[in-house]
Amino acid sequence: MTVVLNQSFTGVGIGAVLLLVALGLTLTFGQMGVINMAHGEFIMAGAYTAYVLQRSVDGTGLSLLLALPPAFLVAGTIGALLEWLLVRRLYARPLDTLLVTWGVSLMLQQLARDVFGAPNVQTRAPDLLTGNVSVAGVTLAANRLAILGLALLSVLALTLVLRLTPLGRRIRAVVQNRDLAEVSGIATERVDRTTFFIGSGLAGVAGVALTLVGPIGPTMGTNYIVDAFLVVVVGGIGQLKGSVITAFALGVLQSVLEYSTTVSVAKVAVLVAIVAFLQWRPQGLYTLRTRSLA
Amino acid sequence: MTTTAPPGPASATTRPRASTPRRLRAPAAFLLGAVLLLGAAPLALPDSRLNLLAKYLCYAIVAVGVSLAWGRGGLLVLGQGVFFGLGGYAMAMHLKLADAATAGERLPDFMLLYGSSDTLPWWWQPFADPAFALAMTVLLPMTVAGLLGFLVFRRRVKGAYFAILSQALAAALSIWLVGQQATTGGTNGLTGIQGFFGYDLADPVNQRMVYFVIAVALLLLMAAARQLFVSRYGELLVAVRDSEERVRFLGYDPANVKLVAYVVAAGMAGLAGALFVPAVGIISPALIGIVPSIGFVIGAAVGGRASLVGAVLGAVAVAWAQSTLSDAFPAAWTYLQGLLFVLVVGFLPGGLASLGALRRTRRRAPASVRAAAPTTSAVATASTKETA
Repeated sequence: MTVVLNQSFTGVGIGAVLLLVALGLTLTFGQMGVINMAHGEFIMAGAYTAYVLQRSVDGTGLSLLLALPPAFLVAGTIGALLEWLLVRRLYARPLDTLLVTWGVSLMLQQLARDVFGAPNVQTRAPDLLTGNVSVAGVTLAANRLAILGLALLSVLALTLVLRLTPLGRRIRAVVQNRDLAEVSGIATERVDRTTFFIGSGLAGVAGVALTLVGPIGPTMGTNYIVDAFLVVVVGGIGQLKGSVITAFALGVLQSVLEYSTTVSVAKVAVLVAIVAFLQWRPQGLYTLRTRSLA
Repeated sequence: MTTTAPPGPASATTRPRASTPRRLRAPAAFLLGAVLLLGAAPLALPDSRLNLLAKYLCYAIVAVGVSLAWGRGGLLVLGQGVFFGLGGYAMAMHLKLADAATAGERLPDFMLLYGSSDTLPWWWQPFADPAFALAMTVLLPMTVAGLLGFLVFRRRVKGAYFAILSQALAAALSIWLVGQQATTGGTNGLTGIQGFFGYDLADPVNQRMVYFVIAVALLLLMAAARQLFVSRYGELLVAVRDSEERVRFLGYDPANVKLVAYVVAAGMAGLAGALFVPAVGIISPALIGIVPSIGFVIGAAVGGRASLVGAVLGAVAVAWAQSTLSDAFPAAWTYLQGLLFVLVVGFLPGGLASLGALRRTRRRAPASVRAAAPTTSAVATASTKETA
């Protein structure tokens, strides 16, 4: 019983990381149809922001908390810049966006290598987050718990923004019907840029969280990007709840399979499961109902 | 490019060329390619260079398939490394077994090193048979592609979704190979291949023979692909790329059209992988993962995805630049590679091959046609018909 609980908590931990990484993608890929391969490098930018801040401010680890807003701003600004320079010119060609942003991600990785050096670096976690918490015989790693909390908080914040603010209303309008939104007087280009800013900023937040569970390196983003894209594909376009459910489901599936087989077999099995799932729901868990054929 | 404009009714609007008759241009280009690859290159290049060229030509074979599936079919195949790898591993498994047999061992060397059991795994055993292994280099990739393609296209999973799934497949296969160290060689892959069907690969003469095999394979596949491009199937494939729903309403099943392109491209990648092994002497997960898989697409994109010759030349040029520049200036090359990709894909979607076609189109077509991506004369004529 404890094994099952332990494994499912590990799965929830993996799911929380996946969710944090995929959250920004849900916005940019799901809502705007833009496939941003440089998303992983925005994660890296957030992580390096935390690293720089910790080196220059203090050594206690509390700076990780302080790093969240700057990481959001740094990654978001890079994202908005990318949107302004390249992505907005390619809205009609989503597949080409994928390749172009991959070129950008190559350059950003090399930039990180030139600035911070090729070897991985590490941040110091706060003492509070280094141990384990035991609840009813189940051992919970504190850093995983913190990531879970941060992920849920981010989902909550994003939901509130989308549901309650004028900006969120405009974003939803553009997602549902871009042409109608435009003739209704919404500056869709400005909304696009803001969406990209928020989505990329969330990648920065994810980057800070990832410093708790792994080293910071120029290629850290690529480890997560494929899994994160799969979350969005399975979750469905433009739906936060789809991504939330999918992230945790994939996380638990992964950890259960890893426990019963090996890490590498689990990866393949998860992919097979995803293809099988798409047979049942080709558009993902939740879809935006439209009358278009596509 | 001769290959971009299909003959028949669609070519009625393309400009006839005065100097050479149209129907002689493709055979002439083919002949020129054959003379360069089979005559000039082996005479002019020293052995080491020729061996490098053999490696680039393997990438070019993959690019032929990419040009078919992506350039003509609009399927962004981000996982060609999987098929390249399956073909490569099938070939390498046979060659390792043959090497072991020559050396008098029962098992390939790496299995003796870190294998836990002293029996050959059951799925290695049939690869001792050369005919089976050779068939598998093409059939295995085609089967995997056929299964994935059937399931995915049937349910109309397309565009970016398909690209991401194929990329995830590349990631999964390389991770799986790394995990099975005792039976696949793990991260190292299958290395140190010495013989090729009885020929010693250390002998430069045999290396030259491998080069000729690869060059002939490339030429044959290019000729076959060109016939496919100009066939009715080729026109249907372009139609599916440009307006899938319209093709469906005309009574065709786009899923089958796409499936054929995907499976053929996979077979070509498998063959390329199989030929890569004797030329380079190694196949490993690092050669087939996400990054090399995107690399296969880059070459075709830079040269011109919809143009067969463009894709092949692009693949060779990018591979050459990669190995020449990345040794001398690793950092600068990464920037250059990224920049090249951004500029070509972002602002010249037809690749370098479209520069000439672009100039011709500009003189002839209205602005609305020029805006249509990817800019090749074939697409331009197709969209002219659409707007008419």
